[in-house]
Amino acid sequence: MFDSKQILEWLEEVKDPEIPVLSLVDLGVITRVEFKENKWFVDMTPTFVGCPAMDYMKQDVERVLQEHGIKDFEVRVTLADTWNSDKISEKGRLALKQFGLAPPPGLSTLIDDLSILEHVACPRCNGTHTELRSPFGSTLCRSIHYCHECKEAFEQMKPLGHD
Amino acid sequence: MNEQALKEFLYKMADDTLIIGHRNSEWTGMGPILEEDIAFSSMAQDQIGQSLALFTLLHQLGEQEPDTVAFMRNANQFHNCILTELPNQEYDFSIVRHFLYTTSATLRWDMCTHSSYEPLAQLAKKVKGELRYHSLHARTWIQQLGSATEESISRLQRSLELAMPYALGIFEESPFEKELVAQHIFEGEKRLMEKWLSAIEEVLGKTQLVIPDLKLIQPVLGGRKGQHSEHLQPLLDEMSEVFRTEPGAEW
Repeated sequence: MFDSKQILEWLEEVKDPEIPVLSLVDLGVITRVEFKENKWFVDMTPTFVGCPAMDYMKQDVERVLQEHGIKDFEVRVTLADTWNSDKISEKGRLALKQFGLAPPPGLSTLIDDLSILEHVACPRCNGTHTELRSPFGSTLCRSIHYCHECKEAFEQMKPLGHD
Repeated sequence: MNEQALKEFLYKMADDTLIIGHRNSEWTGMGPILEEDIAFSSMAQDQIGQSLALFTLLHQLGEQEPDTVAFMRNANQFHNCILTELPNQEYDFSIVRHFLYTTSATLRWDMCTHSSYEPLAQLAKKVKGELRYHSLHARTWIQQLGSATEESISRLQRSLELAMPYALGIFEESPFEKELVAQHIFEGEKRLMEKWLSAIEEVLGKTQLVIPDLKLIQPVLGGRKGQHSEHLQPLLDEMSEVFRTEPGAEW
């Protein structure tokens, strides 16, 4: 027999398709795993409402549950516990940085101005002599920056706040 | 809860979001600079995702599938305000329209976080964080271009005068206004418009742009009742062209 901790361990192998080093668990989009009325429930929540990878990630979670022999389960996409960038684990933040994406700064509230995106530490040289080029990047959850030390552009997984 | 009032309100929000999302997507590959191309494309993707979430709420209330509702209706069945369907024109008009619309949408979603309809309140809490990036983007450009050169100021001023009568149409009241307020689904268009006015005044006050005298402006209404400009049907024809070739196909 296994418990929800075991299931979370299995789900470590499901990665964000756009950031293949980051598991959904570390990204913080798996919000709940529970056993109720003879059935396992796994809840997921999108990083951004318009995230096109959501269906794909849901299918991946279902596949992993099946591969581990779980028969009765339901994967639900819900906004009951909404995602914000503080939900990324320490391990996830490290994986982002190694992948070349600057991890988001910690937030306690909704962002009020774009200054929080200025001087983001460069994931390559750790320098802060950087500037924000665009608050929108190659995917909904990224912003574009430029490092004056490396003289190269980089991306950040951008902060998304909460109340 | 008055379901008819709730549905009418959700349709209005979903249609605004879908149509402005489509217009913003038309900047893909056409932006004046790469960063703006990416910005408008990203906002379009956010908005189309948000409209899908709203159409999903409607589906849970018994309406048809989101794709069917989005792609199979004709212009007179859409409840978006006319501001959202106007062609992009030049960048100055797009950025002014984006500023006027996004300011209202941000406030509307903010008010929805207190809605008595819990699924909407939940969605609103999520969307609110995403819209921060849209409104910061709009505000940055309005402040920058609204105080830069003679040409940028006069172009934005002209666009502001052109867009304002349509922007006032955002707040066209619903036949269910009383029910929406009484049942705490939404605080009402009047309240939203007051908040919107003070928000745009605050930003425009930091620029050399002048808000046109609202007393002299006739708001362009009708969008909420399905009476649209000649621009909406061609937009819908283009947006639904692929879907309509084979409705129900799995892509």
